[in-house]
Amino acid sequence: MKRFIGFIKKEFYHIFRDRRSLFILFGMPIAQIMLFGFAITNEINNVDIAILDHSKDATTQEIINKIAASKYFSISEIIEREADIEKAFQKGKIKAVLNFEHDFSKKLIRNNKATIQIVTDATDPNTANTISNYTNAILQKYLQTINKDIKIAYQIQPETRMVYNAELKSVFMFVPGVMTVILMLVSAMMTSISITREKELGTMEILLVSPIKPFQVIVGKVFPYIFLSIINAVVIVLLSIFVFKMPIRGSLFLLGLESVLFIINALSLGILISTISKTQQTAMMISLMGLMLPVILLSGFIFPIASMPLPLQIISNIIPAKWFIIILKAIMLKGVGISFIWKETLILVGMTLFFMGLSIKKYKIRLE
Amino acid sequence: MSITVSHISKSYGKVTALKDISFDVKKGELFGLIGPDGAGKTTLFRILTTLLFADEGTATVAGYDLVNDYKKIRSHVGYMPGRFSLYQDLTVEENLNFFATIFGTTIEENYDLIKEIYVQIEPFKTRRAGKLSGGMKQKLALSCALIHKPKVLFLDEPTTGVDPVSRKEFWEMLKRLQQKGITILVSTPYMDEAALCDRIALIQDGKILEIDTPEAIVKHYPKKIYDVRSDHMYKLILDLNAFQHKHSVYPFGEFVHYTDTREAFNTAELENYLKEKGHQNIIIKPTKTTIEDTFMELAK
Amino acid sequence: MIKQNVIEATQLTKKFGNFTAVNAITFKVAKGEIFGFLGANGAGKTTAMKMLIGISNPTSGQANVAGFDVYKNAEDIKKNIGYMSQKFALYDDLTVKENITFFGGIYGLKRAVIKEKATVLIDELGLHDVANDLVGSLPLGWKQKLAFSVALLHNPKIIFLDEPTGGVDPITRRQFWELIYKTADNGTTVFVTTHYMDEAEYCDRVSIMVDGKIEALDTPKKLKEQFKVNSMNDVFLKLARG
Repeated sequence: MKRFIGFIKKEFYHIFRDRRSLFILFGMPIAQIMLFGFAITNEINNVDIAILDHSKDATTQEIINKIAASKYFSISEIIEREADIEKAFQKGKIKAVLNFEHDFSKKLIRNNKATIQIVTDATDPNTANTISNYTNAILQKYLQTINKDIKIAYQIQPETRMVYNAELKSVFMFVPGVMTVILMLVSAMMTSISITREKELGTMEILLVSPIKPFQVIVGKVFPYIFLSIINAVVIVLLSIFVFKMPIRGSLFLLGLESVLFIINALSLGILISTISKTQQTAMMISLMGLMLPVILLSGFIFPIASMPLPLQIISNIIPAKWFIIILKAIMLKGVGISFIWKETLILVGMTLFFMGLSIKKYKIRLE
Repeated sequence: MSITVSHISKSYGKVTALKDISFDVKKGELFGLIGPDGAGKTTLFRILTTLLFADEGTATVAGYDLVNDYKKIRSHVGYMPGRFSLYQDLTVEENLNFFATIFGTTIEENYDLIKEIYVQIEPFKTRRAGKLSGGMKQKLALSCALIHKPKVLFLDEPTTGVDPVSRKEFWEMLKRLQQKGITILVSTPYMDEAALCDRIALIQDGKILEIDTPEAIVKHYPKKIYDVRSDHMYKLILDLNAFQHKHSVYPFGEFVHYTDTREAFNTAELENYLKEKGHQNIIIKPTKTTIEDTFMELAK
Repeated sequence: MIKQNVIEATQLTKKFGNFTAVNAITFKVAKGEIFGFLGANGAGKTTAMKMLIGISNPTSGQANVAGFDVYKNAEDIKKNIGYMSQKFALYDDLTVKENITFFGGIYGLKRAVIKEKATVLIDELGLHDVANDLVGSLPLGWKQKLAFSVALLHNPKIIFLDEPTGGVDPITRRQFWELIYKTADNGTTVFVTTHYMDEAEYCDRVSIMVDGKIEALDTPKKLKEQFKVNSMNDVFLKLARG
């Protein structure tokens, strides 16, 4: 145990003496969150939409008025038939069509439920996403006002698979993604680099020719980064809460547990990378190309998985980040508990065990 | 026996790094492995420190089998790899402390052993290892390799790239360690360091050329060597090589080392030959055989 | 016979802040001479050499290399010198021929000239069978001889060698020194920086730097007589220990 503590102490010396890396380590999450929060905004203004109103009753009129009154949309066309939807899109001006079903008011009162179809132009998936989110938000607000005096809540069911973002702020959409990217980067890249550095310096030779166990070396390498990653996760969550006023709806405890799970997952990936690379440079390239790109492109962070071609959708399933983002969004934005995300959690646990097993098997107690 | 090596061979793909290596090192001996870069010295060290498997052959270190008892070997040997392998961003003291801890000991416990070496770098104990001079790095690395009181010490080219003063001090330290009963296996490309070892093995291209005491190895040299010199070095080498009775001609510092094929060799004959060729200020005199001469004769 | 000097340094000095790396060194190197530039690590050898090859400006003092001033004509100096270091000499992942072509090209030799020189060079070194092999696959000794010849492709007036034979086997090392003797014999000055004292024994004259100053400068023979010792190694030990 003394050996192990000695080893961890040494690791912390390395980390705290490398000022530049330390700065990147803690500066990056802040910079990224700020960047996504302020600079890359997905907010929309006066987007042209069309309305197809099959009921033409008081409720639909009221909703249409609300939408027309918002600064986000302007209604530029009224369509009469389903068949005209495509024509409206083909003109190119319109980004979305709101399609109210027949007898909207009646259904809402009778069944407490009515449906609006939001048809968006998915050639620009980000805008499409945002439009449906914003429309949702307006509908939610409307519902809140009419449900005030009624005991049984009415529901307007928008036909969309889009995620919640009730406060109309795009930064909320990015927080889970940024958190995922940063935890992956810190955990996987930093550990793989710190292990390969020992190989490059030749100190790994001395460590191997000593009574310290390989297991202790690995855990000793990983431990400081678990610690740092957790700090990073906390910083990101605090920033989102206090700078962007993002409410965390779900349990903070669950959020913490899931984050630790993902961190361990990323760390085992880092160890795995270090077993196959000989130099720090290789480790960094593999981490960047093999981990960062998929995390950014295929996890659903930037491009919605639903709008990817089928092969990529299938590939996205083997990316741990995808599952973690789903979990994060569920906890942060929807406020659900473990009963809703146990499946994703289980997948992450499975992946973690697999990577850990593989890297322990691959870790060499001798030189190649 | 502290180290026994029998019939060790090792290849990397098509390249044979070691071929049928056998030798023994007695307890408390200072044994030198002398050979140029690429001779296989580092590979042999890595095999003996359990970092690599040999393709063939067996060996024991400190009485333990290389394969079955590798964990025991790892806690009883000290190893200093060829490159400076300490943590550059840790201070002198932190490095030493770290290695003491992972070997389950403390600096105080074995201070006796490293004292002589460590006092020389102790004034710099709060300095980062990366900022030390070459000689001081060496002393620190040696202290770290000794901190757990190893039975056998493996030093892979400890004096490469170190200035003459530090080299001399380093060998003096090794002599003193040897007196404390530690077996030392040291490798070096410098032939002049061979004389400082109890016994040496000359190694080239993965094969051992000869094993013996430095004195005996020099005695085995079959020829009488002459120092030859004139005002025109390059022409001298060409002319000596053209001499009909030459056995070998090697530049050797300010002289050329010349050996003749005949037992009864008359220096006057060679002097006349060189004069005829137009050389001036000719010196021809018998000289002492060095390890390097022997090495070249064996490797020829 | 008046010897023509190809390197003349007078009171050459380089300071980094308060630290004087090279302290007013003065020396001359003649055409066709093999000059050993010795010193421990950190004695200032590398800094001094960088000034001589025109990649670092002196703080004060004068130096003339291959007929050019180090302050004004650094670019001309570079064209008239060759450089070979033990650490980097050739590209391991290029073939023998590709290396020759590449380095010939750097020095602005014409295609036809490079081709002709390559043939001669491969001939002289006996590299026919491996001309199209990667340099990385050659034995160390061959690589070094090739690197040396490549550094001479553009017929430089001076060739700078940085620890050229450290770690090489004794026979190859002798072959290498024969090449150096031959080069010097052809009138090219050979400037060897090293901290291996046995390399120093081969030089016509050596200078020994200690803490930025040249503390000794003479033939190895005279230095050994002066210090009453048998080897340059002992000369160095006596000097360094004061």
